Amino acid sequence: MARYLLRRTAILIGSLFLAAVVLFVLLRLLPGDPANALLPVGATPDQIEAARRELGTDASLPAQFLAWLRDVATLDLGKSLISTLPVGPEITARLPVTVPLTLAAFVLAVLVAVPVGALAAARADRWYGPVINAVAQLGIAVPAFWVGLLLITVFALRLQVLPAGGFPPDGWADPGAAVEALILPVVTVALVMSASLIRYVRAATLDVLGADYLRTARALGASPAQAMWRHGLRNAAVPVISVLAMELATTFLGAVVVESVFALPGLGGLLVRGISQHDYPVVQGVMLVSTATVLVVGFLGDLAQRLVDPRLRHRGAS
Amino acid sequence: MRLRTETYTVRRLTIRVLAAVTALGLAGALAACGGGDDDSTAGGGETAIVQVGSVYEPQNLDNTAGGGQGVTEALNGNVYEGLFRLTDTGAVEPLLAKDQKVSDDGLTYTFTLQPNVKFHSGKALTSADVKASIERVTAENSKSARKSNLEVIKEISTPDDATVVVKLKTRSISFVYNLSYIWVVNADAKDLTTTADGTGPYRLGEWKRGSTLSLTKFDGYWGAPAKNAGVVFHYFTDATALNNALLTNAVDVVTSEQSPDALAQFANNAAYKVNDGKGTTKLLLAFNDKVAPFDKVEVRQAVSAAIDDKKLLSSIWGEYGTPIGSMVPPSDPWYEDLTSVNAYDVAAAKAKLTAAGFPNGFAFTLDTPSYDPHPTAATFIKSELAKIGVTVTINTITADEWYTKVYQKRDFQATMQEHVNDRDVVWYGDPDFYWGYSNAQVTKWIDEAEQAKTADEQTALLKQANRKIAEDAASDWLYLYPQIVVASSKLSGYPVNGLNAQFFTYGIVKS
Repeated sequence: MARYLLRRTAILIGSLFLAAVVLFVLLRLLPGDPANALLPVGATPDQIEAARRELGTDASLPAQFLAWLRDVATLDLGKSLISTLPVGPEITARLPVTVPLTLAAFVLAVLVAVPVGALAAARADRWYGPVINAVAQLGIAVPAFWVGLLLITVFALRLQVLPAGGFPPDGWADPGAAVEALILPVVTVALVMSASLIRYVRAATLDVLGADYLRTARALGASPAQAMWRHGLRNAAVPVISVLAMELATTFLGAVVVESVFALPGLGGLLVRGISQHDYPVVQGVMLVSTATVLVVGFLGDLAQRLVDPRLRHRGAS
Repeated sequence: MRLRTETYTVRRLTIRVLAAVTALGLAGALAACGGGDDDSTAGGGETAIVQVGSVYEPQNLDNTAGGGQGVTEALNGNVYEGLFRLTDTGAVEPLLAKDQKVSDDGLTYTFTLQPNVKFHSGKALTSADVKASIERVTAENSKSARKSNLEVIKEISTPDDATVVVKLKTRSISFVYNLSYIWVVNADAKDLTTTADGTGPYRLGEWKRGSTLSLTKFDGYWGAPAKNAGVVFHYFTDATALNNALLTNAVDVVTSEQSPDALAQFANNAAYKVNDGKGTTKLLLAFNDKVAPFDKVEVRQAVSAAIDDKKLLSSIWGEYGTPIGSMVPPSDPWYEDLTSVNAYDVAAAKAKLTAAGFPNGFAFTLDTPSYDPHPTAATFIKSELAKIGVTVTINTITADEWYTKVYQKRDFQATMQEHVNDRDVVWYGDPDFYWGYSNAQVTKWIDEAEQAKTADEQTALLKQANRKIAEDAASDWLYLYPQIVVASSKLSGYPVNGLNAQFFTYGIVKS
């Protein structure tokens, strides 16, 4: 396990570096120059050159990359080209919205999907088995923004029980309002996320139900529930964990549309604005933070899989 | 981008895209919904906090460092004041300048400051602050759009604490108007990108980036105090989310409605008032007047006459907006209704085309910014011009490409663009501007207008110039955007014209 941990950590760091390179190069391939965005109408070539010098975009690409990497290593994500404000605080200011939204939606989705998916598999012969399956299928087909708009129409506009969007000016200092503001977005993301999770859980459970070791456990005297609980769940969890890790990671940034529908000041909004304004430091910062999150979550997912399944542990050590 | 003489923002792009997507989902679903009575802020009148909804969040809080349109909206006149103020009706009136004297040659302006003016930090206003504030705008690293307007300044002196003397290189009748954009800031203030220290009726509360910006009534204000206890600007990237906020009373007023489809739900509801103000944003079909075939006046006239502007306007904005015959909007003092010049007339357009030597028409490429309303308008123009045998190839470009290809390199035949500002007809006097209109007489009129001794003289000259560019079809001015403020009917005293994106909140009363 220790060797595996070491190797996996090395891979994590390597991927982070690669991701940084790809991010940097891709952004520079975009047409246009951020200096344009900074200057008023009627700017002279001299002013444009001056702006380039100020932004550092007059240096060679490798030089720009090294400078950026050096700053990132010291946790300095640079300053926004447009607002001239430091990017780091800009990102951390968005986290109190994006992180609770993602985690709450994730937990809710798991709480819904695991029992429902397991039930759909265990009771595939009853009427609700196929119904759950069909509803989940439908859930995958429905776009998140549509679910969000529907919830707004019903709960905010008609019933007027929850806010239609926005986040309280006082943030979490006003916990009641903050929680209220996040209810509909969390439900939206959780609904969409659980739809696909239910299908994974169901498939994994079905696999396990037909497995030899369950039959053996039953032969050794365990009740169906005991056999499922002690042996089935653990085995079914292995493929589900890797899907969960992916889902958590995609939701972290995939909430862009939902954040926009609910007017939430999250990371997604910052990213969209950064891209449309050619604000390289902002885009790089947000993407770096989210890429790192995805990689770290993937890393933790892999570790969790090995903790759950000793067979993987041994394979990893060889 | 919209072409304004401020640093530009492409924010509208995302807003429009998201608005289109979400409008599809919401169409019809909202019709039956209205405002309830549960008001989030307790009390009315002078203790009320006004909740303002906007799509223009500031980039930062400094209007000389690329703060953008949002910073003007939130802080101009509210937190910061100038020597003069451009009112919502377009008049220029004294503000921090109590009194002004102009020398006979028009080159020396002497301003006396209002007494007892204090900055929010407590420091008293002196002439040194005014001098420093003007110099902030003209400084080397200033990103202010007003910089070039102020090149006319020769020197600024401060004979005593209450007097500022500005000497100009040449006469400049717009000088006082231009001063209305210059914030008087505390010369000792350190960081103005995230904090503020002005003399206005509100002090800056807190700016939660991506979300809200709050202003609190300033008790030490020198003038008439604000009629409410404070204001919170709520920022949205999605027009539908903004409208929902208004429908659920999360905001009391929307400073500028961008989506015409959403207006019906407010127009037919007694709980809201839809204000159709005077806009200054013009949608232009801008020809490159320097290249063929648009270097021929008849060709430009023919194209202008072949497009039914009224039909285009109503297809985009319904009953809102105004047809416009030239660059000058009705709120400028030199406005004149020129819609009859090169008016819609297909037969006349064909005749002009034949006279220009194109009896069988021609083909050209129209560089079209990728965001609303340009693609819609371009398609309309294409079908209109097909009727006179002119073939249009629509080339869709991003805002950034527009800036590089069209604005900087002049590599285009014709393009479309929104021109936002008031008093911007003067660009037709600059033969080096992107549209390449070059008429020595017009340039002379516009130069003389700036040197004019009286406003009447200036108005007369600019009217002449405006008429000439209309006759020459220097560009085709498709229509004037509406400026729509939607507010709860409990609100009164808010500005409706949004001139240059200002939104004075001190007069707003919430009952």
